[in-house]
Order: sequence, then structure tokens, then C-alpha cells
Amino acid sequence: MSQRRIGVYVCQCGGNISDYVDVERVASQAADNADVVIARTAMFTCSDATQADIAEDIRQHQLDGLVVASCSPKLHTLTFRGVAERAGLNPYQYTQVNLREQCSWAHTDDRKGATDKAVTLVEAGIGRTRLTEPLNPLVVDTMPKALVIGAGITGMRAAVGLADLGMEVYLVEKQATVGGWLKSMDTMYPAGKTPKEIIDQLDEQIHQRSNVTVFTEAEVVQKGGTFGNYVVKVALHRPTEQTISLNVGSIIVATGFDVYQPEIGQYGYGIDGVLTLPEFQDFLKTNPGPMVYHGRPVRTVSYIYCVGSREGREQPNAHTYCSRYCCTSTVHTALEVFKHDPGVHQYHLYRDVRTYGKYELLYSESREKGSLYLKFAADQPPAVERTGDQLKVTVNDLLTSRKELAIPSDLVVLVTGIIPRENDALVHALKLPVGKDGFYNEIHPKLRPVETVVDGVYIAGACQNPKTAGESAASALAAVTQSASILKKGKVQLDPQVAFIDASECTGCGACLKVCPYEAISAQSGDNGQSAYVVSEAICKGCGGCVPECPVEAIRVQGYTNAEIRAMIDGLLMEEVEQI
Amino acid sequence: METLREADEVTAVMSQTQIEFEPRILVFSTNNISDPGIDLAGSSHLHYSPRVVTIAVPCSSGISSSLIEYALKRGFDGVFLAADGDECAYLSDCNERTANHVADAQKWMKIHGFQPERLRMAAICSVCAEPFVNYMHEFSRTLTALGPAGDKNHGL
Ligand SMILES: Cc1cc2nc3c(=O)[nH]c(=O)nc-3n(C[C@H](O)[C@H](O)[C@H](O)COP(=O)(O)OP(=O)(O)OC[C@H]3O[C@@H](n4cnc5c(N)ncnc54)[C@H](O)[C@@H]3O)c2cc1C
Ligand code: SF4
Ligand code: SF4
Ligand code: SF4
Repeated sequence: MSQRRIGVYVCQCGGNISDYVDVERVASQAADNADVVIARTAMFTCSDATQADIAEDIRQHQLDGLVVASCSPKLHTLTFRGVAERAGLNPYQYTQVNLREQCSWAHTDDRKGATDKAVTLVEAGIGRTRLTEPLNPLVVDTMPKALVIGAGITGMRAAVGLADLGMEVYLVEKQATVGGWLKSMDTMYPAGKTPKEIIDQLDEQIHQRSNVTVFTEAEVVQKGGTFGNYVVKVALHRPTEQTISLNVGSIIVATGFDVYQPEIGQYGYGIDGVLTLPEFQDFLKTNPGPMVYHGRPVRTVSYIYCVGSREGREQPNAHTYCSRYCCTSTVHTALEVFKHDPGVHQYHLYRDVRTYGKYELLYSESREKGSLYLKFAADQPPAVERTGDQLKVTVNDLLTSRKELAIPSDLVVLVTGIIPRENDALVHALKLPVGKDGFYNEIHPKLRPVETVVDGVYIAGACQNPKTAGESAASALAAVTQSASILKKGKVQLDPQVAFIDASECTGCGACLKVCPYEAISAQSGDNGQSAYVVSEAICKGCGGCVPECPVEAIRVQGYTNAEIRAMIDGLLMEEVEQI
Repeated sequence: METLREADEVTAVMSQTQIEFEPRILVFSTNNISDPGIDLAGSSHLHYSPRVVTIAVPCSSGISSSLIEYALKRGFDGVFLAADGDECAYLSDCNERTANHVADAQKWMKIHGFQPERLRMAAICSVCAEPFVNYMHEFSRTLTALGPAGDKNHGL
């Protein structure tokens, strides 16, 4: 094997790696490798400055292989492929080594063990890079059409955004009407438009655009085809049951959330006068003027925050996250209550007030108007019981010398959070990645916030994590930009890491052909009358399912050849192999 | 007295090698499903032995039995296939396919004197951080009890 010219960069990740791994030792051991021309460490390899340095090294040292040992390949493989490409190195001669998620962070208790492991991981990366060949991506046509699933504020905003960029849009909604949760709300923060006005306006914009088709009472049941040209089957339940087929380039999932429903008995839920926040908001909607509940005037309202949110991990199926919308929604609701009747006493029993951003002003306003805030500890939640005509809320107030206070109340409002919506059929059809909390997972919350691991499938809005309406609409636009920027080009590059058959080694046995589920392999008659087997690059998904079937290793997946994997195994066993 | 002390020393040396032996484990993960699960274990700072290393591939069904055999021959004490459960984006029957390759490798292992416990396969999902770490602890313990594999003590 001729000598290669490989550059190795070991990232400190601002301490995330270097606090637990001796990165200088990792780099210096990499430098001992005969094929390594340059090995360096950097504070942040992904920073613009270091990227520029790497590109400069590639040009100056005429590197023909690149290894970056930093975070998970899911985050920065594309970044460094880009660096390679800009500097004239084929991007597929680059290997990303996972030194953070699978080394430093997993072994924070063992610096020597982590460093030894890091050395072998980098050695494996070098071993693989040594065998890489330049690959050129296949370019396929994409159609400027998109499917949006779910017509809440997120899906509606996405549909309008895509249409305005000249795309053909299909908007599929399960319910009979569009609007999601907002359509049934009477008021909302920020002040200005009502939820109904917002939804009506979006609905009107959708109707004005001839390139948006809305299907209500409809569901996606199947997805086939490839990125750029997906074939999606949609079941229409009205006017008659039928299934239609749509060709789209990309898919935006905007299926929203559900609200937490307390158990009977939880904070007195089930007792007359104990309501969830949405139930209380509904009650206000139908009770203009001073409030009367079940014939009794309402003079005192107590709110209990964080019900069904921020639960301790020890609880089974705990909702450990903050639902984000509810502090501000409660403060906003309290201000609405003052409009009904300025004399109502309102007690807010909270853990932390998270009226973030400009909504701090709403919090101040509610206090000025007379709302009282009492802080309780997570392990000492308030108790609710009925005593005669009234409800009694008992709470241990953390801020006034931990006195136990009893608040006689006419209504108790449980500030319930947001939970992920059941959508198993859709998750299955689209192969959506579901996170630990039950919401859909983006590739990276900051770097690639609306993309999923499934090419061309994006997520936006509250199906991804709890979001306010404004945040939901913003994420819809991010998904619009991501998907339209690709589809508008009319072409997309497909990953060239797919199967190929080395004709000089293939014996024509046909074993691979039988196992490919995508029918990517076909037999063609060759010059000498013998059949030659070939793989269609556009159809092959690069799964590798065919590889173990070949008795002579003639079929290989680019970037994952058995030879490359063996080289990685040798690298990982560095000391052992050297001893042999 | 003399003989007793000798015996003591032998036991001492033996228990020392037992403590020092930390099995090397090779995990084959999948880019989209189980590797993110293993990443999450790290992001959650869940610890497992640093002698566990991972190679990520598109789908576990692409791992030939010859690669498993190669890893054991070269010096790994155990191989763990972190398969996709039924979440694989590529092949609905990938587990069955992978299981077939595992069976092939097991046959080879039997002939070559590797205990069958040195090869394990389990479904690890993209959020299976804790299950993964538990598997690794358990597998490390099993392999420690078995001792080093391959030509290190099998005279292969
Ligand atoms: C009580 C309460 C009060 C709130 N108050 C405020 C407020 O004052 N201000 C604010 O900014 N935010 C508020 N929020 C948050 C706000 O409701 C959300 O940010 C917003 O609704 C998110 O919109 P979405 O489109 O992502 O989801 P949703 O509103 O849930 O819409 C999702 C849509 O997708 C559809 N769908 C689901 N599954 C499928 C499927 N498989 N196929 C087809 N369609 C499907 C649903 O039917 C629904 O129409 C409040 C939330 C609650 C619970
Ligand atoms: S927004 Fe407020 S009430 Fe809602 S979960 Fe977070 S802290 Fe609790
Ligand atoms: S890699 Fe997968 S899709 Fe490609 S030819 Fe082989 S079995 Fe078929
Ligand atoms: S299994 Fe291998 S030898 Fe047989 S046809 Fe396929 S590539 Fe050729």
C-alpha cells in the first residue's frame, strides 16, 4: 500500500474532551503513524478559525486524507466534509472520530482509560482513512412539492411559507377543521390578535394561494420513494373513504402536542371546583362579567403550577421537562380574570416563575393588580381538600419562614403542562425518531434544529418540544427554509456511500440479488456473454444487507467496506496487534 | 510452611491478574438508531468501561460473520451487536438477517474454542442510554469471569 498523507485534528471541545482525555498524548501518538503528515489539537475544531487552518493545512501539505476527532459524527461530519471539499480534498476521504459522546463524556471518571481509548479510536480512524477512495455523489432531480402534516399554527404557517416560495403544498389534517389547539382558545398572550383572528388570517392566506391543497379528516398511511421524490399514501375519510398517492420532495411534520390530564385525586382533581388550566380558560370564555361557578360566586382563585411538568425522575413515565407555555399562560389568564372582576383574590402557588423574555412584564402587571405569589418546594407540594362550601389549599411557603398557610378558595386551577401526542401510525410510516421525552428528535437542537435523521423529513412546532405559538411559527419558517432551499434547486446530492460490485471479483453467483429488498441489483449480460451484476446507485440505500451474502466480498458498501472495518478493528486493538 | 506460602503467592498472582483483566468489547452500532442511543449514554454521563469501543455501520444486517470472527481472532474478548429492534429505516427484517449472521459466527466460534457467551446481540434504540450501559456492565462481568479470549489463552 502506497503511503498516504493524512492530517489528524484532535478537538478539546473547550474542555468537554480535554478535561477527561489527554488530547496532547492522543495527537502525539497519532503523529507516530507513518501515513500521518500533521497531527494537531485545537480548542474548538468546528470554529471558523480552525476550519480555515485545516483547509490551509490540506492545501499546504497536499493532504489526501483527513481525520477530525471531536464530537459525534451526527453533528459535524458535514461540517468537515465541507472543509475538505473547499480545500480540494474529496469529502469522502474524511473520517469523523467520536471522542466526546463515546469517550470523554462516557468515561469522566477514568482519565487514563479514556485517553487510552481515544488513542485507539483515532488509530481506527486513521486506519479507515488510509483505505478511503474519492467518491462522487449521485445527483437526483427533486420535485418542488412538499407535504405538511398537521394544520395547527405550525403547519398552516409552514404551508403559507412554502407556497410563497413557489412550492406546491399539500396540507394534511386529521381533524375536520384546521387550527389545532389555538382554534378553541378565546384569548392568548401576546396581546394583540386573538387566537381565532390568527387562525382565520392564516386560513384566508391558504385559500388565497392556489398552490396549497388542504385535506381535512385525512391521514398519512405510508411513505415510499426516496428523498426528492417521496411517494406518500394519504387516507381520506371524507366525503368517502379513499386513498390517494402524492409525490413530494420533502415532508414537514407539525402534529403538535396533547395537554396533561391529571389523575383523579392528584391535587384534589375530581373535587367540584378543581379545574385544569384549559378547563378554567373554557369556563372564563362562557362566563362574561363576575365569575359564578356552579351557582356560587367566585371571590378567590388559587393556581398550582407545574402540574404534570418537571416531575422527578423517580416517578414512572415522569414528565421531567418544563412545559414552557404555562407560567405565562397562567399569568395572562390571571390578568383576564381581573378584567372580569378586579376584586378577585388570586394566589399563585409556584415552583419557579418562568415568564421568560418580555413576558416578565405580564408577571409584574399581575402583581401590581393584586396577584399574590407563594413559592413551594418540589418535595412539599400543596394539598387541596373540600371543607363545606369552600376548597382549602394548604401550602408551605418557602419565602415567608416556611409557614404553613391555608388558603380558602372558590376555585383551584391546576396549571397542567404539555405532553407528546400519541401518533404511532405516523411514527411508523415515516420512521420518525422519537426522543426520551416522547417528542420527536431533531438532529441537533442548535445546529440542525428542524432536520431529522430521515433525509427530507423535517419537524416543527410543538411536536418537537413544548413551544409557545410564536416559537412554533418561527420553527415552521425554519423548516420551510430548510426544505425549500433544497427542493428549489431541482436537484439534490444523494449519499454516494452505497453498494458497488467489483466486476473483476464477482463470480456471477447471484446471491446478492436475491436478498436486496429494494431491488437495486440487476444482472446484465456482459461482453463475454456472461451475466454481470450491477447496483443502481439511485435505488441502493447503502444498508449493506447484501454484503454478507457475497462469498467473495465482491459487493461492498462505499465507506463501510469489510477492509475498512477490519482496518478499524486493528486500530482499536492497537497494542494487541502490535504485540502479534 | 514453605509450600503453603508458595500456594498463597500463586493465589495472589492469580487474583491480581483477575483484577487487572478488563475485557475488550467491540460494539457494532447503527448510524441512525443504536449509535445515537450510545451517544446519549455519553451525553448523560453514564459510565461504562473504556475498554468498550464502537464501530457504527448503516444497518446491523451488513455485518458479515467474518467480521465478528476477525474481531475475536485479533483480540477482542467479546462482540456486541447493537441492533435496531424494529425501528430500522432500511430493512424490516434486519434483525432476522443479523441473527442469521450471528448463528454463522457462533458455529465458527464453537469450532475454534470461543465460548458462545462472547457474542451478544440486543436491540438498542436511539434513546436506550441506560439499557446500553446496563448491557455493557453485564457483558463486562460475563467476560471477566470467562477470562481473556482467543490466542491469548486458547492457543489458537
Ligand atoms: C391551555 C393552553 C394555553 C396556551 N396558551 C398559549 C398562549 O396564550 N400563547 C401562546 O403563544 N401559546 C399558548 N399555548 C401553546 C400553543 O397552544 C402551542 O404553541 C401551539 O398550539 C402549537 O401549535 P402546533 O401547530 O405545533 O400544534 P397543535 O396546535 O397541536 O396542532 C397540531 C395539528 O396537527 C394535527 N394532527 C396531529 N396528528 C396528526 C396526524 N397524524 N395527521 C394529520 N394531522 C395531525 C392536529 O389535529 C392539530 O390540528 C397554550 C397551550 C395550552 C395547552
Ligand atoms: S412554564 Fe412554569 S408552570 Fe409550566 S412547567 Fe415550566 S415552570 Fe412549571
Ligand atoms: S446495500 Fe442494501 S439497498 Fe444496496 S444493494 Fe445492498 S441490499 Fe440492496
Ligand atoms: S454475491 Fe458477490 S459474487 Fe455473487 S453475484 Fe453478487 S457480487 Fe457477484
